[in-house]
Amino acid sequence: MKEKYLINARIIDPKNNIDEKGGIIIDDKGFIKAVGKKVSIGNVPANEEKIDLDGKILIPGLVDMRVFVGEPGYEYKENFRTLSNAALAGGVTSVVSMPNTSPVIDNVSMVDFLKRRGRDKSRINIFPAASLTINAEGKQMTEFGLLKRKGIAAFTDGVRTVQNPQLMSRIMNFASQSQSLIMQHAEDNILSKGGLINDGEISTRLGLQGIPSIAEKIIVERDLSFLEEYFCRYHISQVSSKKTVSIIRKAKLEGKKFTAGVSINNLSLNENDIGDFRTFLKLSPPLRTESDRLSLIEGVNDGSIDVIVSDHKPEDEESKRLTFAQAATGAAGVETLLPLSLELFHNQSIKIQKLIATMTSNPAKILGIKKGSLDIGNEADLCVLDIDKPWVVKQKELKSKSKNTPIENRKLQGQILKTFVKGNIAFNRV
Amino acid sequence: MAIIKKLKAVKINQNHLLGIQDLSFSEVSKILDEAKTFIKLNKSESKKMDLLRGKTQINLFFEPSTRTQSSFELAGKRLGADVLSMNIVNSAIKKGETLIDTAMTLNAMHPDIIVIRHQDSGAPNLLAQKVNCAVINAGDGRREHPTQALLDALTIINRRGKIQGLKIAICGDILHSRVARSNIYLMNMLGAEINVVAPKTLLPHSIERLGVKVFTDMKKGLNNCDIVMMLRLQNERMQGSFLPSPREYYEYFGLTPDKLASAKKDALIMHPGPMNRGVEIDTNLADDINRSVIREQVELGVAVRMACLKLFCKRGL
Repeated sequence: MKEKYLINARIIDPKNNIDEKGGIIIDDKGFIKAVGKKVSIGNVPANEEKIDLDGKILIPGLVDMRVFVGEPGYEYKENFRTLSNAALAGGVTSVVSMPNTSPVIDNVSMVDFLKRRGRDKSRINIFPAASLTINAEGKQMTEFGLLKRKGIAAFTDGVRTVQNPQLMSRIMNFASQSQSLIMQHAEDNILSKGGLINDGEISTRLGLQGIPSIAEKIIVERDLSFLEEYFCRYHISQVSSKKTVSIIRKAKLEGKKFTAGVSINNLSLNENDIGDFRTFLKLSPPLRTESDRLSLIEGVNDGSIDVIVSDHKPEDEESKRLTFAQAATGAAGVETLLPLSLELFHNQSIKIQKLIATMTSNPAKILGIKKGSLDIGNEADLCVLDIDKPWVVKQKELKSKSKNTPIENRKLQGQILKTFVKGNIAFNRV
Repeated sequence: MAIIKKLKAVKINQNHLLGIQDLSFSEVSKILDEAKTFIKLNKSESKKMDLLRGKTQINLFFEPSTRTQSSFELAGKRLGADVLSMNIVNSAIKKGETLIDTAMTLNAMHPDIIVIRHQDSGAPNLLAQKVNCAVINAGDGRREHPTQALLDALTIINRRGKIQGLKIAICGDILHSRVARSNIYLMNMLGAEINVVAPKTLLPHSIERLGVKVFTDMKKGLNNCDIVMMLRLQNERMQGSFLPSPREYYEYFGLTPDKLASAKKDALIMHPGPMNRGVEIDTNLADDINRSVIREQVELGVAVRMACLKLFCKRGL
């Protein structure tokens, strides 16, 4: 392919601390060749075709650390092709896919399958996660070393938590040898058993059994205690409550090395949004109070929380058209991750550099991948957005195979215009 | 009752009776007022009316029920409706049909009213979104049981003439109780002062936000109360251990003459049934005709359900 010249953009690259007017040159193999203010109309070859970005914002393609695909086993909910379409329309160029498929991604042959399917059908970069335990049952640990060598980026039981403390301590101990990244979904099963939404006034009024925030806190406290004994790469997938944020903040101040994420849903919505039993807002971890939500924002701002994820969990209509207790858990969100998070910029909750970092350079650093920045020599995975463009979320217009968005009809400000993967335009809004 | 009479002309604006939370004061007054007219009818020789002649009522009970189901069935029949009580044990639900599919199937038979009881909170709301007829909630999960609260209100009004200013204690398994929630909403709306009495493990989160005072000492909670509403320990809803033993529960939270002594001398005892004698209530107190209005609750239940069926089955009336 030919070299590409993207000019006249506002470039934001948190990793390299860039926020300036300029452009980017993509070489003929799809790698970033030059970036910044020196790339302008004046100093690129006059006879070459240029893409004028009209002052719009150019950022690294997003890295979403928590996405459920559906292949294999749940192709009717989402496949690699539909996931790619949704992700690209949302500026997301890399995802970590969760292992909760059928069968579970827990052995080397499954990784081969995933890599093949990903290569053939996906238009984004798939970084597969494998389960921490066989069949994500929390009994027997998986082959961290062998799986990592096959290209597994992280280990997690996804929607499940390793409950057995002895096993968890051994996992953290063993995984430290192979420097494997452990991602824990923090929820004590016994404390949350039968729970459907946050334990509080809303659960009392709706007559739904509550999930107390202590169910999350107690697992985080347990694992952080283990971390003192067994130093491994440890990441808390999603934090949902004020109590957990303060535990994390304290531990980080004490110098413990670990990272934490939060779902855009928990940052942008609260338990009141559940309204009249809206099953699309049945999430795990559950939406909590406004005070919890504000503390999560604070956590992002002070660095207690490192990444924002979409927790994209496509569920077909049949799984949601049930009573609240019977309905499936989760919401589709990869396409709206960036636009919804921009709400936090527009309402001055989080600064733009910080916000972009939580979805680009921070996850890339945790995963140890060459993504999420505009480093020279990186593959040119880029996202161009109009940060002010108003639009309304419409289920029908979403690209994901499942339409279970929790923010139907929400008015958002900021829309993705173009997405580049390896230097090619993979999405172009018309 | 004085206030209620003034508001006779008020209409019901809701299409469904899903919970007390959705009702206005005037709608509640209208229902209670209407129910009063049926009390006499239910005691007379000929109990049959033709107000709902030609109408079809389907009772859809996903949970076992004796009094509520038979009460709704009788209420519909006395108003002249054709009543069909679905036996869920033998139905397609057991073959894996979803609530919505069942609802659509029944809807195709053009019922005028569906009465639903379901173990999941919010099930009647879901049903109401999908069918064309009126939906009446006969108890959903631990959320609401509106007709029970209404019949409790009618019973109190029948005995005390009013609810405004009364002090009501609701005692027992508040956590799992839809009856408690509906009664809290209704009695608050009608101007009562409400105490809830329960062990801490059976109190829902933030219950005080619903406008009640919380007591874990039963004698204090009953102090100077006009009405003592007892609730059943809902063992079938309990996951794991909430209490050491029925014996310990009875000792601290069972209604005994000793504890009742701190309520007003003429305080009435109520219970939505079915009772666990010797667990939440002393068996002699339950049968004390001077104090217990438990049977009257059942009696007035039919009248209240007749009123609800009449008022919500509006199509063509």
